[in-house]
Amino acid sequence: MSGTNWNYSDKVKEHFFNPKNVLKVSEEEYNADGVGENGSPVCGDLMRIYIKVKDNKIYDMRWKTFGCASAIGSTSMLSVMVTENGGMELEEAMKIKPDDIIKELGGLPPNKIHCSVLGDKALRAAIKDYYRNFDQVNKINKEKESRIVCHCLNVTEDEIKMEVLEGVKDFDTLQKRTKVSTACGKCEPEVRELLDKYVKKYYIKDIYTGE
Amino acid sequence: MIYLDNNATTPLHPKVKEKIIDFLDNYGNPSSLYETGREVKQMVEDARQKIADFLNCDPDEIIFTAGGSEANNTVIKGVASCCTFCNVSNTHIITSAIEHPSVMNTLKCLEKQNVEVTYLPVDEYGLVNSKDVRDAIRKETVLITIMYANNEIGTIQPIEEITKIANENNIPIHTDAVQAIGKIPVDLKKTSIDYLSLSGHKIYGPKGIGVLFRRKGTKSLCPLISGGHQESSMRAGTENTIGIVGIGEAIKQLNLEMNSEVKKIKYLRDKLESGLKKNISNISVNGQTEKRLPGVLNVSFNDIEGESILLRLDMHGIAVSTGSACSSGSLDPSYVITALGVPAEQAHSSIRFSLGRENTEEDIDKTIIAVEETVDFLRKISAI
Ligand SMILES: Cc1ncc(COP(=O)(O)O)c(C=O)c1O
Ligand code: FES
Repeated sequence: MSGTNWNYSDKVKEHFFNPKNVLKVSEEEYNADGVGENGSPVCGDLMRIYIKVKDNKIYDMRWKTFGCASAIGSTSMLSVMVTENGGMELEEAMKIKPDDIIKELGGLPPNKIHCSVLGDKALRAAIKDYYRNFDQVNKINKEKESRIVCHCLNVTEDEIKMEVLEGVKDFDTLQKRTKVSTACGKCEPEVRELLDKYVKKYYIKDIYTGE
Repeated sequence: MIYLDNNATTPLHPKVKEKIIDFLDNYGNPSSLYETGREVKQMVEDARQKIADFLNCDPDEIIFTAGGSEANNTVIKGVASCCTFCNVSNTHIITSAIEHPSVMNTLKCLEKQNVEVTYLPVDEYGLVNSKDVRDAIRKETVLITIMYANNEIGTIQPIEEITKIANENNIPIHTDAVQAIGKIPVDLKKTSIDYLSLSGHKIYGPKGIGVLFRRKGTKSLCPLISGGHQESSMRAGTENTIGIVGIGEAIKQLNLEMNSEVKKIKYLRDKLESGLKKNISNISVNGQTEKRLPGVLNVSFNDIEGESILLRLDMHGIAVSTGSACSSGSLDPSYVITALGVPAEQAHSSIRFSLGRENTEEDIDKTIIAVEETVDFLRKISAI
């Protein structure tokens, strides 16, 4: 019950206190072209994104979020990024990374990063849902996957980075949460190295401003 | 501002502030034999006497520490390390699953040094079952440490029963009474608790000063801070004279005001609780509602997250705290709330209101309206 790490930028506060593009009508009434969801209430964050598409562009995006201030602020920010200037092309939107949102927000406290990560994942899910709904399944799975570090358990470098941003700082905890290196164990030295690299990178500063 | 976080800390009582300001020029070291030293020594002893009067114990049994955390550490580490030095193998300590981090993490540290610890579970209201205490006792048990009242949910433990069990088995009993003092009458002549911790800043006194009560005749403890002979060599270091004078005055004021304040605070808390229940759907109270500290109300506003609630209430000028993971810097919600069997998603939704002597009826009316508005806003944008 210690105090909140109230290191939010003005941008985060602005979007948290006055969130933009919240879905205000019922889902039926909005009738989205694609819907995507990410997170879980057990972990404290859950978000759902609704998009409308015309001429391959997202001309409207609405959302609903259960979560902390940065989860709400970052989803709101994402909705602005995706819909400004007539709407973002689907391929572009598919490539949005947590860092892009964080940059727009003017940084986030490191242990808050996982909240905004959900926004881009939910958006990708919504775009895939749109592809499925409109007969363009062939466009799915073209995204570049992050490099796999642990082949036995299929853990990627990105996942290790995200764990660190969520607050994991030691190997045992990382292993408990991802099961990394629990099979053949060959990957352990590299996993430890990556863990060390990201811990050093993110925990010297109070605010993470994207790469 | 409407301050509803009095379990985190309290504002100085105006009389305490006055007393401290008047004292500030007294720079003498209480250990010095000349006049300025003697004067300050006298003031330290006056404060000690006031605390002894309030708790109904002997002034010799009062040890000043640098706060509640240090008092807890002194007992727990003191008992354990004495045992290690005396070569008692398989040292064992009994505690509960919902202790303050200053007890929890101290025990976790001792576990690494091969001390065994039993963390007793609590029921859905946060109560320890005294029968569980009895069952956990072994011949190696060197300490039972159970908090008097919990900081997050306010549940008051059956400390009398537990003390009796400890006495019957000849095991020292410590209680972290940091949240209980000033809210529940404690009479140390009527109970046989061996060690008790309290803290200045939870009772309208200064921060960084606390008290460890150590009953005469109990086993000696290894001091946490060794050095000079201060505090009967139990806590070395030149005394925090400003803090001691401050906590002495805070206790004096408790003696005068406690009964009427507690009544008022309980009335306001009950008003807040019934107002929230009446105006907001789908909420649940965490912890005991009967055996509970008078100023504490811990509520889960389901389907929305605690940090969001906290920050929006902050915008309304209302200060509260939350058991959500998002505010703690860790990934898990409060271990106290989840120990009650409350599901994680509900623990993420928890808000603690803790009232104090400065709160008014108007504060509560405004808070009910602001909470209602906040919950309504966040539920509208919630994905659940
Ligand atoms: C139950 C309990 N024990 C111990 C402490 C620690 O007291 P202090 O802040 O004086 O170290 C607190 C306060 O946070 C508390 O609530
Ligand atoms: S590659 Fe990671 S355990 Fe085998």
